[in-house]
Amino acid sequence: MTEQSDRTPTGKTPIATSSRATLRGRPMLYTEYARDQALLNTPSKRLWTALLVITMFAMPFLPFITRSGLSDMTRLMALAIGAIGLNLVTGYAGQVSLGHAFFVGIGAFTGAALGGSPTTNVVGYELDLLIWLPAAGLVAGLVGLILAPLAARVRGLYLAILTLGLVFIGEHIFKEMVFISGGQGVGRRGPSPSILGFELYVPHEILGIQFVREAPFFYFVLILLIVMGVLARNLARSKMGRAFAAVRDRDIAAEVMGVPLLQTKVVAFGISSFYGGVCGALLAVAFGQLTPENFGGLGGLLLSVQFLAIILIGGVATISGPIIGASFVVLMPRLVQAYAGSIPFVGSGSLLSVQQLEGILFGVLIVLFLVLEPRGLFGLWLRVRNYWKAWPFSY
Amino acid sequence: MELLTATLVRGVGIGSTYALIAVGFVIIYRATDVVNFAQPALMILGAYFTWFFVRGLGMPFVAGVLLAMIVMAAFAGLTERVALRPMVGEPPFAAAMVTVGVFFALLILSFRLIGTNVISMGDPWGVERIDFLGTRVAQVDLAMTVLSLTAIGLVGLFLTRSKVGLAMRATALDQETALAQGVNVGRMFGLSWAISGATAALAGMLIAARAGAVTPLDAFVALKALPVIILGGLDSIKGSVYAGILIGVAESLTRTYQPALAPGLGSNFDVIVPYLIMIVALMVRPYGFYGTPEVQRV
Repeated sequence: MTEQSDRTPTGKTPIATSSRATLRGRPMLYTEYARDQALLNTPSKRLWTALLVITMFAMPFLPFITRSGLSDMTRLMALAIGAIGLNLVTGYAGQVSLGHAFFVGIGAFTGAALGGSPTTNVVGYELDLLIWLPAAGLVAGLVGLILAPLAARVRGLYLAILTLGLVFIGEHIFKEMVFISGGQGVGRRGPSPSILGFELYVPHEILGIQFVREAPFFYFVLILLIVMGVLARNLARSKMGRAFAAVRDRDIAAEVMGVPLLQTKVVAFGISSFYGGVCGALLAVAFGQLTPENFGGLGGLLLSVQFLAIILIGGVATISGPIIGASFVVLMPRLVQAYAGSIPFVGSGSLLSVQQLEGILFGVLIVLFLVLEPRGLFGLWLRVRNYWKAWPFSY
Repeated sequence: MELLTATLVRGVGIGSTYALIAVGFVIIYRATDVVNFAQPALMILGAYFTWFFVRGLGMPFVAGVLLAMIVMAAFAGLTERVALRPMVGEPPFAAAMVTVGVFFALLILSFRLIGTNVISMGDPWGVERIDFLGTRVAQVDLAMTVLSLTAIGLVGLFLTRSKVGLAMRATALDQETALAQGVNVGRMFGLSWAISGATAALAGMLIAARAGAVTPLDAFVALKALPVIILGGLDSIKGSVYAGILIGVAESLTRTYQPALAPGLGSNFDVIVPYLIMIVALMVRPYGFYGTPEVQRV
């Protein structure tokens, strides 16, 4: 189920020449595999992607975007990076992981220790973002690589519960490493982002344009999301990505075809943990204050479930899916809070609190998507698109 | 020596209760191939109803416990009918997510029901200690062992000796064949949930009696049954008993001796011992001690 799975059969028809003239008016006609697999293979995809990117870059200047809205967008994009990582291992390679919060936590505390400032009870080296951000990803990725051979031995529910154990073990480790995490219930400040002396979390004036405090970091995370998203998409359509899908669809068949099972699973876990670590370090900046409880134990379990919800709601085994899903997960609570007053039985003191309503809505939506549209919001979009592509015919 | 005996008795007591919770998971997994993540919430509701019947209505303790088990059995059966039956034929992962949803719904319910009340069981054991093998041990530890193992034994007898138990095992083995033989498979699903609900109620009562009082957040104690079912094998009741006691004893030994012998591992290390044992054991046996290895058709 790659993003091209909805290709029409005519797309494969081989023809001898492929001049621009042949293609005009027939955008779905591909004469080469490379063209078919291209990232933005239709004009409308190019148009809409460009529009989306321009809108995102204009976001800090849109009148209706408040500063808290901007930091919500930053958190959304950080979560999307982590969810893309989880989608590589769970969506593409088919290894369900409930332990993603553990790797996110490793990234967060590595970033905080290397990039944060020291206090009486925690270390902090105040390094540059160009050092602590890759380091956060690499440390998490390394732990992922070490744990992957263990995880590669088990499958299905056994794997889900094994990775669940990681969250609880992680909580203990985070709590015990007081000099890094600040200890149970206390926590520490996140890292301060600065690239080569340029502070990303202060107001700036560049070329006469005023940027609010949240804007530079927003731009940085946006660029990072685009880069890491394109990297993941390229990985997914490479030899390794096809190996992931083969392992997911039928591991024995994959092995027979010469796909090394252990190696593929280890790579999937390693890359996914790297993305998780980067996401954690960015979240550490976005949170400002982080405690071991954010990433371990019950909080970690909820975070892991939230990542799973993002990819299930957004779209399993896609790259745009996690971005859609993360938007949904971050923006829906704001909608619910905005309209909670007009829903009966909701509010403090009545039947349900706002958080409980959110939880229930999430649960219901996850189940509805699993049953009705396993491809998530991305799948809904495919249906709409295919309907209009064939209109006025039904197929 | 005295410390060791007391530690072991406590470990076996807690371990048997883990085993009891695990049996609830296993019975539902065998019948429906779903890991029931709502089990912890059923446990808390069971403790609440025991409190309600014994302290609230002033019933005798034994009658209150039995009534709470019956209420929870009916409640769990109803939950299966309403929330899980429509999921038959859907992917197992979707059904598991439904149980997560049920878990949160029931947890909210138990927060509402319990509110600010102190849910103590009014059990006859209290903090009393008695002589056992020359050592003073807590009565409640012995009660946990005896009641849990008796309940598991009764479930085992029911499954192996009764006609309905045979039908349940047939359902677990192959649903379609069981259907063809005249077994009402849907009713077996409900029955497996009912049995789970009853064992969860008993386990909830025991955990609350051990702790003195219970809050909805104690539901997460039941998550320790997850390493137990993985260690014993997802579909084996025998495995749950052995793994439960093993994990209970290991946890109890760690709690007693680790602070003195290995302080470097940090405080509350015993909390993660079940997960560490689970990870190590899965390296050796990927399907647990008694689980059925998945047969793969090529």
